[in-house]
Amino acid sequence: MNLWNIAYRSVKQRRLASILTSISMALGVTLVVAVLTISGVVKTSFETSTSLGYNMVVGAKGGALQLTMNSVFYLSEPIENIPYEYYLEFLPLEPRQAAYENSHVYRAVAQQNELRELVVSTTAATGGLASSLAQELLNDQLDQQLEQALPWKRQGKFSGFTGLVIPLCLGDYFGSFRVMGTTPDLFNELKYGPQADREYTFAEGRNFVTHSEEYGFYEAVIGASVAREMNLTLGAEIQPSHGAQSGDVHATAFTVVGILDSTGTPNDRGVFINMEGFYLMDDHAKPVDQEEDFQGVEVNKTAPSGLTLENREITSMLLLTASPIFAPSLENTINESNTAQAVFPIKEITVMFDSFVDPARDLLLVITILVCLVSAVSILVSIYNTMSERRKEIAILRSLGARRNTVMFIIMIESFILSAFGGIFGFICGHGLITLGSDAIEGRTGISIGFFDFAPPLGMNPDTIMGSVSPELMIIPGMIILSVVAGILPALSAYRTDVSQSL
Amino acid sequence: MSANTQISKATTHTKLSEMLLQINDLKKAYLQPDGEVLPILDIPSYKVDKGEPVVLIGRSGGGKTTFLHSVAGITTVDSGQILFDSNPIQKLPEEARDRFRADNIGYVYQTFNLLSPFTALENVLLGMTFSKGKTDKEYANWLLDRVGLSHRLTHKPDALSVGEQQRVAVARALANKPKLLLADEPTANIDQANQQSIIDLIRETCNENDVALIMVTHSMEVADQFDRVDKLDDINELAQAVTGGTHA
Repeated sequence: MNLWNIAYRSVKQRRLASILTSISMALGVTLVVAVLTISGVVKTSFETSTSLGYNMVVGAKGGALQLTMNSVFYLSEPIENIPYEYYLEFLPLEPRQAAYENSHVYRAVAQQNELRELVVSTTAATGGLASSLAQELLNDQLDQQLEQALPWKRQGKFSGFTGLVIPLCLGDYFGSFRVMGTTPDLFNELKYGPQADREYTFAEGRNFVTHSEEYGFYEAVIGASVAREMNLTLGAEIQPSHGAQSGDVHATAFTVVGILDSTGTPNDRGVFINMEGFYLMDDHAKPVDQEEDFQGVEVNKTAPSGLTLENREITSMLLLTASPIFAPSLENTINESNTAQAVFPIKEITVMFDSFVDPARDLLLVITILVCLVSAVSILVSIYNTMSERRKEIAILRSLGARRNTVMFIIMIESFILSAFGGIFGFICGHGLITLGSDAIEGRTGISIGFFDFAPPLGMNPDTIMGSVSPELMIIPGMIILSVVAGILPALSAYRTDVSQSL
Repeated sequence: MSANTQISKATTHTKLSEMLLQINDLKKAYLQPDGEVLPILDIPSYKVDKGEPVVLIGRSGGGKTTFLHSVAGITTVDSGQILFDSNPIQKLPEEARDRFRADNIGYVYQTFNLLSPFTALENVLLGMTFSKGKTDKEYANWLLDRVGLSHRLTHKPDALSVGEQQRVAVARALANKPKLLLADEPTANIDQANQQSIIDLIRETCNENDVALIMVTHSMEVADQFDRVDKLDDINELAQAVTGGTHA
């Protein structure tokens, strides 16, 4: 009969106390597994969320974190809108020019230019100094008008630094989910994932387009969580509510043409509609200032939505600079202006994590460590309390020839059995619970967790042990060792048992 | 006294004498809670041969159990010499005394001292777990069969009668194939009907296995069944002083 068997039988003899002690340990381990796994999910989710394929967010002046929250995570309220013309400054010449040609100002200036040419040709017929003075005066006037009407002079001054820019129009809701007016580039051009190399794919359907014969400007794409929670399928019609979840429901309906695969990004919880359609909803197109001034000015009615540049504005834009080295100076330039602010979302999110999430996780870990200590102490107390009634048992073993070290070792084996059983049971419970909740976790974060998936490493540096090994593989054995160490006290008590007095 | 007992008495210890245990000038005293020293043993000389059965009788509190504990190496002595197979065990460090006990001594207690989490067979196996020989399950089975409990192998002590428990204790005491069996009033807690069978069992198994026996008892009826009956009061000078002096 070996010592393990002796220890096991002793544990079995006090079945109820042993089970309760092990359950105490198991609860501790369950908590550890849950905290570490959730912490890992948050960390992975963070890494995924901050690898959205763009490095800057540009929006109205205000809180940098607020801009990040509403443009990256689709949370919080939008700050303000920024002029559409500002967005155009990030675009190449061709779309920029097309947008300007469809503006009241541009058309008004063009009509004035035509008028000027008429005047010039008329005065030229009369000849002389008066003609050239009138021509010069009209040219100056036209330049001033252009300066006032088009303050950035249609230069596209940021376009050379821009790799990709995607506008966002926020403000509407569908149920509890945010509705974003944007362009098809969001899913056609943008990539995501830790290496920003994963393309958005569709579980069903396709990306929305600017205009289709079937649905006009009113196509929508929804994230995986939206589809699941709102029970939406392809062809479903969505009517956003204006400004808030409880806001007035727009009469305009968008047809779901695509459902995204789960990505683990905030896009899973977003409803994306064509930006043209967004402007066409009630109260979305910006009224043209001093519209009476443009009476008689004809804009390009062949534009897709019939909207002019003056009707448009955006909430923010997601910006991928042409090269990372452009980012700091571009941010600086944008922030120096009075029109908009640029933020690095990863910086803001890191600040947010450092301020809120990391302390919360640390607090949970501290609580967990305390639970572990309590578990270890409970094992200590459980065994120690039995020592007085076990003195005779120990003395009998000693009288049979067991050494002091042997009985001490038996007690420590008992401690190990209790903690190992509790540890394994806790591991099963913890991972079982996580597995039970895996659908909800995947739905919210896009991260799939199976029963045997260990919590990811806590550290960021893969060269260190904290960055390369799952903390479960350190903490759970650590807890078992801790409990065995806790068993030393009763083991010492066994060691000191006076045989002749205890028999 | 049964006929069987008479036969046993006639046939015990007929082998050539060879000394197993020799005690010289053994002294043992206890320190009392009030700080006073209480001398308990002062044995100038005592000997037991190999395979020899001895009954030791004495009054309560006379130091019988202390004497057995000293011989078993469970307790240390203050002075004197305990030679076991010519080896002085009183000088051994505790761990060596544990090994000595595991290899050479079997112990049967008044209160059986079986371990309740274990079955009868496992209790016997425990008797050989700490000795240098390997655990021999067949031998344990044989011992339990020998004490008449082959049908009770898997029963735990709680499920055994007191007589059966003491039989298991006897089997356990013999499990390490000891040279000396110490029995401390083995029938004191056993009903009258079972007392004789336990005495017979101890004596017979010791005889069969050539194991020397020192059995402490109060019962003269038991003592009468053995050739050699020692009175502790006769060998312990402290007891003589008490008997002949103030406590007489």
